Order: sequence, then C-alpha cells, then structure tokens
Amino acid sequence: MGGDVNTFIQQVPLEYFIILCTLLFCLGVLGVLLRKNAIVILGCVELMLNSVNLLLAAFSAYSGDGNGQLLVFFIMVVAAAEVAVGLAIIAMMYRNTKSVDVSIFNKLRG
Amino acid sequence: MENLVYAIILLPLVGFIINGLFGKHLPKIVVGSLATLVVFASFVITTSIFFGFNDDSAPVVIKAFEWFRVNGIQVNFGFQVDQLSLMMVMIITGIGSLIHLYSIGYMSHDKGFYKFFTYLNLFIFSMLLLVLGSNYLILFIGWEGVGLCSYLLIGFWYTNEEYGKAARKAFIMNRIGDLGLLIGIFAIAAHVNAIDYLSVAQNASSFELDGTPIIFITACLFIGATGKSAQVPLYTWLPDAMAGPTPVSALIHAATMVTAGVYLVVRSNFLFVLAPTVQDGILLIGFLTAALAGFYALRQNDIKKVLAYSTVSQLGFMFIALGLGAYSTAMFHVMTHAFFKALLFLGAGSVIHAMSNEQDMRFMGGLKKYIPITHITFLIGTLAISGFPLLSGMISKDEILVAAYAKNPIYWVMLFVLAAITATYMFRLYYLTFHGEFRGTEDQKHHLHESPTSMTLPLIVLAVLSVVGGFINLPHFIGHGHYAKLMEWLKPVLTEESFKQMENTLSGVSFNTEMILLGATILMFFTVWFFVKNTYVKKQKRALPENQYTGWEKLSAKKLFVDEIYNACIVRPFEEAGKAAAMFDKAVLDPIVNFIGLGAADSGRAAKRLQNGNVENYVLIMSLAVGIVLIVNFLLK
Amino acid sequence: MYAILSLIVTMFSIAGMYILLNAQFLGIVQIIVYTGAIMVLFLYILMMLNLNKEDESKKDNLPKFIGIFSVCILFVGMLGAYKGLSGKTVAESNIDYSVGLTKNLGRLLFNEYVLPFELASILILAGIVGAVLIGKKDL
Repeated sequence: MGGDVNTFIQQVPLEYFIILCTLLFCLGVLGVLLRKNAIVILGCVELMLNSVNLLLAAFSAYSGDGNGQLLVFFIMVVAAAEVAVGLAIIAMMYRNTKSVDVSIFNKLRG
Repeated sequence: MENLVYAIILLPLVGFIINGLFGKHLPKIVVGSLATLVVFASFVITTSIFFGFNDDSAPVVIKAFEWFRVNGIQVNFGFQVDQLSLMMVMIITGIGSLIHLYSIGYMSHDKGFYKFFTYLNLFIFSMLLLVLGSNYLILFIGWEGVGLCSYLLIGFWYTNEEYGKAARKAFIMNRIGDLGLLIGIFAIAAHVNAIDYLSVAQNASSFELDGTPIIFITACLFIGATGKSAQVPLYTWLPDAMAGPTPVSALIHAATMVTAGVYLVVRSNFLFVLAPTVQDGILLIGFLTAALAGFYALRQNDIKKVLAYSTVSQLGFMFIALGLGAYSTAMFHVMTHAFFKALLFLGAGSVIHAMSNEQDMRFMGGLKKYIPITHITFLIGTLAISGFPLLSGMISKDEILVAAYAKNPIYWVMLFVLAAITATYMFRLYYLTFHGEFRGTEDQKHHLHESPTSMTLPLIVLAVLSVVGGFINLPHFIGHGHYAKLMEWLKPVLTEESFKQMENTLSGVSFNTEMILLGATILMFFTVWFFVKNTYVKKQKRALPENQYTGWEKLSAKKLFVDEIYNACIVRPFEEAGKAAAMFDKAVLDPIVNFIGLGAADSGRAAKRLQNGNVENYVLIMSLAVGIVLIVNFLLK
Repeated sequence: MYAILSLIVTMFSIAGMYILLNAQFLGIVQIIVYTGAIMVLFLYILMMLNLNKEDESKKDNLPKFIGIFSVCILFVGMLGAYKGLSGKTVAESNIDYSVGLTKNLGRLLFNEYVLPFELASILILAGIVGAVLIGKKDL
C-alpha cells in the first residue's frame, strides 16, 4: 500500500491536483451563482471547501509537511459546525415562508 | 501724569459704555449730564496738564503697553503729550462739552436721545485717540473711529433714506482717503522701520529732499487728509452730511473731525518740509477748494448748506497755510475756526429749532426780534468769520494772507478775493435770516421762541471765545511782547527745518507792507458789508428757489454739477458692475453649485439601485469583481 | 435532490483521493464526518422540506451568462496565478511519505496544535447551541 502511494505521489505531478481543485472550486462558485435553492447553494459551498481541503492535503503530501493535513482537519470541523447552523437557518426560512428560494429574500433592500 | 492722560482718554469711553448699555433705562437728564460731564472732566484735566507745559517742554511719550513687533519694527500703544496734541485736546474737549450741553436742549424731543449721546461720547473718545496717539497706527485707529462715528451720527435719523445715503457717501469718501493714509503709513514703515512720531522725526533726514519716496509718502498722507478734511476732489460728502442733527454738524464737521487732516499734516511736518513739491500741491488744492466752496456758498438756500460750504472753504484756507509752510498759522486758524464755526452752527441750530425745523432761508427773515440772544451771538460769529478787525477770525486769516504775500503777491490777491467772497456769503446768510420781514407761515410765526438756557449758554461762551481767541497769537508787528505766542508755543513740535521755513514765511514781509495789507483787508471787509447790506436789506433782494437761477448763479446753486458728475462717472458704473456681478452670480455660479448638490443626490439614487436585497445579485457582483481583479493583476504583471 | 446525491458521490471520490495521497486519517474522517454526517444532514433537511418542482421561480438569462462568464474568468485567473510554480518545493529525497498516517498526524495534533484542538471543540459546542436555538419554535 505504501509503495503504491509513494509511486503515485512521485509520478503524478502536482499541477494536476491544482487544476482539479481549481475546477472543483469554480464549479462550486458557479453553483452558488446560478442555483436558487438555498440547500443546493449550501452544498456548493461545501464543494468549494472540499476542493480546498484536497488541495491542502495534496500540498502537504507532496512536501512531507503534516501541518497542511492538520489544517484540513480543522477546516472540516468548522465546515461541520457551519453546515449545522446553516441548515437550521434554512429550516427557519422554510418555516416562515414555505419556500427555500433565495430570490424572494430581499427584505434588506435600500 | 500718566494716570491723568489715561483718565482724559478713558472718561469719554466710560460715558459711551454706560450710556450705550443702560441709556435706554436712565432718565434723559442723567444721560445728557453724564455725557457732558465726562467730556468736561476731560477738559478740566487737560487744562491742568496744559498749565504745566510751557514753550520749551519736550514731548512726553507715555507707553501704555507694547503692542506688537513685526520685522524689526516695534509698535507700542502709547500717547504723546506735547503742545500740539494738548492744543487739539483742549479744543476737542472744550468745544465738545459745550456742544454736549447744547444737545441736551436740542435733542430733548428725540426718541434716540441716549443713542445720540452714546455716539457723541464714542466720537470724542476716537478723536482723542487720534490726536493723543504716539504713532501713526493709533492715529489711524482714531481716524477710522471718527469716520465710523461720523457715519453713525450723520445717518442718525436712519428712517429717512436720503440721510442714510448721505451717511454712506461720507463714509465711503472717507474710506478712499483712508486708503491713501494707510499706504502712506506702510511706506513710512518700509523706509524708516518705525512708525512713532519721534523715531520718524529723527530719521527723516535719511530721505533725500524732494526724492520719489518722500513725495510718495507725503502725497499718500495728504490724500488721507483730503478725504477727512473735505478737500477737492473728496469734498462732496460734507454738504450732504448736513443731514445729521445740527450739534453733529457743529462738533464733527466744523470743529474737530475735519481738522484731523490739518493735524495730520502738522504732525508730519518733518516729512512735508522735505517735499516742497507736495507742499505746492497742497497749496494748489487748498486754493481750488476754497475757491469752489466759496463760489457754491454764494447761492445756497439752506442755512446749513451755506455753513457747510463755508467750512470747506475755510479748510481750504487752512491747507493753503500748510502749503505755505506756516504750520502754526494753520493751527491758529483751526482754533479760531472751531470757535466761530461751532458758534455759527449752534446758532443755526437755534434758528432751526425756533423755526420748527425749517432750514430754508427763503422762509426766514426778521428773526432778530424773536430770538435776540441767538441773533447777537450769530452776528458775532458772522463778523468773526468775515474778518471784523480784532476779532479772532480776522487775525488768523490775516496771518494766512501775510504768509501768502511772502511767497508770492499773486497768492495774496487770490486769497484777498476769496476772503471777500467769504464775507459776502456770510453776510448774505445773516441778512436773509435775521433782517427784513418774516417770510414763513403763520404756524411757524407762532412757534418762534428763544432757545432754552442749555442751548444759549454755549452760544454765549463761544461768542466770547470768538472775540478774544485771536489774542493768543498776534502777529509780529503788534508788540508788547505777546506776539507770535502760538508760533513759539508749537516750536518743540516742529523740526528745525519746519520751524525755519515757517519763520521765514511769516517774517519775510516788512512791517510797512504788512500794515498796508492789513489796511486793505479791513477796507475790503467794510466795503463788502455795506454792499451786501445794501443788496439784501435796502434793495430787498430775495433768494430764489434753486431752479429759477440763471447764469453764474445757477452754476453756484447747482454746485457746478459736481455731485451729478460724480454720480454719473463713478457711482453709476460701480452700481452697474455690482448688478452685473449679481447677475453673473445668479446665472452662472448658482447653477454650478446646485449642480454639485443635485449630482450628489442623483448619484446616490443611482447607487441605491445596487442594494436590492437580492443575495444572488450580490454574490454575482462579488465574483465578477474578483475575476476582474485577477485579470487586471495578471495583465499588470 | 439530484444535486445532493451527486455531492455525496463527490465526497466519496475525494475520500478516495485522500487515500491515494497517503492521507489515511483524512480520508476516513472525510467519510465519517462529511459523507456520514453532513450529507446525511442535508438529506434530512431535504426530505423534511418536501419541495415541489413548481415552487422554483423563473430565472433570467442575463445573470446566468454573467455568472458563467465571471466564473470562467475566475478559473483562468486562478490558473494563471499558479503559472510560475514548479511544484517541487522540497528535495525529493527528503519527502517523508508517511506524514499522512494517523500516528504521525496524531503526534502533531497533540503536541503543537492542542489549543486549536480545544478551541475547535468549543466551536462545535457553539454550533450545536446555535443550531438548536435557531430551530426552536418559541424562544
């Protein structure tokens, strides 16, 4: 197992990971921009976070530094808390207006 | 002595403050008495200092505090007590207190009684600052102060728009002169690095004789004197200033403020003696003024206007004396003129008071039966100004005539003619007012009464002074050791050169010539008196309304249309320019400013549309912005 | 609905990538926390809300185009940012490939990162309290 992993790490250039993660991130941004369902938007945020996590872990593996993976761990913790609170808010949104469409929440207009 | 001087100056100020703040609530008698007493107290204190001074005392400079220092010039706030300033202060406070006393009676029916005395006290205070200051700057403070009080007092009955215009005219013309004075002071400071009289006198020799700097400085100072003392071309304000109450005319425009110009020139004698060119200019302007004003006075119908033009003419005489270098003569004429002109104005005020505020001589006549005291004192004043032998006016005027002869006999001839004109219009005034039959309405006739004591007492005092005032400076040839007292008295004030110039002028004429000249003058006086009496009493010549005059009389009555010329050439262009500027302001500047304001509001409204509460919109714009920033960064790298 | 399911698949894939990178701890945690907890939470909410297709409002085309355009720019820009990187920051022989093992990670976590660890637990506590508070019917 370890040997295959080492080969993998040695042979797959880091740029591939960069491109992949950037792509995932941009897809996440796209989702946040284009979707109007609040839950899906939150999911896209999770996608963005995941892409960042992956990139961090890749960097840490490629340079033998454990700090990156530790940071990923903490990001996951924060993401979990954030999702919990966010979904609670969405539940409240639904309870008040019977819809989770973000375009009808424009009460804070100037 | 310091405290005495402070007291002299501050007493009128105290009167001003008390009357100004509380005058409305105090009874009239208190207000009037307080104002009169403070001025009289100043007079008494001055007299005590006066008797401590004699011919040789040096000027005493009292430094109150160090005011400021700029560029190496140290300016102190202080007072200079010397013979010249003492003389002026005695005139100011003495005649001032008499006029205050007179005003108690004259203004007793006026609603603004306390205001009048407030302004009068402020005026006395400013005038005292003017003459007692130890440097040009304090003189300027007093100068401005009396200009302000002149404005306040001329426009005292401010509800009448004409009076307000007259007050404005006085102030603005004064201002023009003030500019000249200020530039002169600056030039002095620039050249000599000091502006107090003693330092400038000491350093005056650093100027070259008749060089450009000194000519510039003295010309500027003289422009200031022109504005204040109503010389050509800045004289038209003084006749219009008769819009103010008569005591104002007496105090300000006869005795004190208008002599400030003369005081300035005498004080700066060390500068003027170095600029003979400017002295010739002063002579010329003095002649012009005296001639023009005398000409106008011949056919004026308003009693106060005749006296006003008479003042301008007499001021011309004083400046002629200054132009000839006869400083003590000019000061002598200031003093005697203060006596008889104040007397004449107060007498005219008494006449007006008796005539229920009628000022036109065409409706007067035969008043000598009804107001005897006024009549007698007015007659004395008329005789004094016209040159009745041995009265003060004759002595001072004769001295000017002699000085003119010493310079050039032609000047004597011209002055002789002017003196004849003076006598003519004064006697015309006297006869039209007091002789003949009464030409006014029945109503006015009923009201004719002599003035109260508070008004007649000053008249009597001034009449006495007009008679005896001449004896302090008898010309040389009348001996007994009392001759030329004034000239000797003022010696410490003048520098060596000035004194020499004056002495040369005044003693340059031989005894015989002086007697002949004096005889000619006296003869002229009696001729004119007889001639005028003939015209107005025997032949009963009447004064016509202004528009009915023809020929030279029309020019005289209409004052050579100078006022109209000024109005067309100077006042109207300024008014038009002002209107144009106002239009420019409304048409151009207002829209620009409004545009800025509206622009801010509009842009705010446009920006408001960004905040529509739509979250997706917000995120969209955010991501767009991030993308653009990245690209720009990329491109810049 | 389908979006969430796709997201679950994505999570699994990313877990697999972690394992490939020898970040075993992270891979397992990804499956447990992300897929097992967070995504399940998503599904709970989704099921609870019972949304219909007609509830979704109409969308204009213009914001869509702007969105796609800006994301493309973002993508290109971010890639451009990595242009100058070589990817080899540490010498090859020194790379310690066992850094992702649980033992090593655990050692790092409890030796240097104890404080963030404790604070993270407080953060989760705050999250729990917040979520419960928001969800209550009457406060």
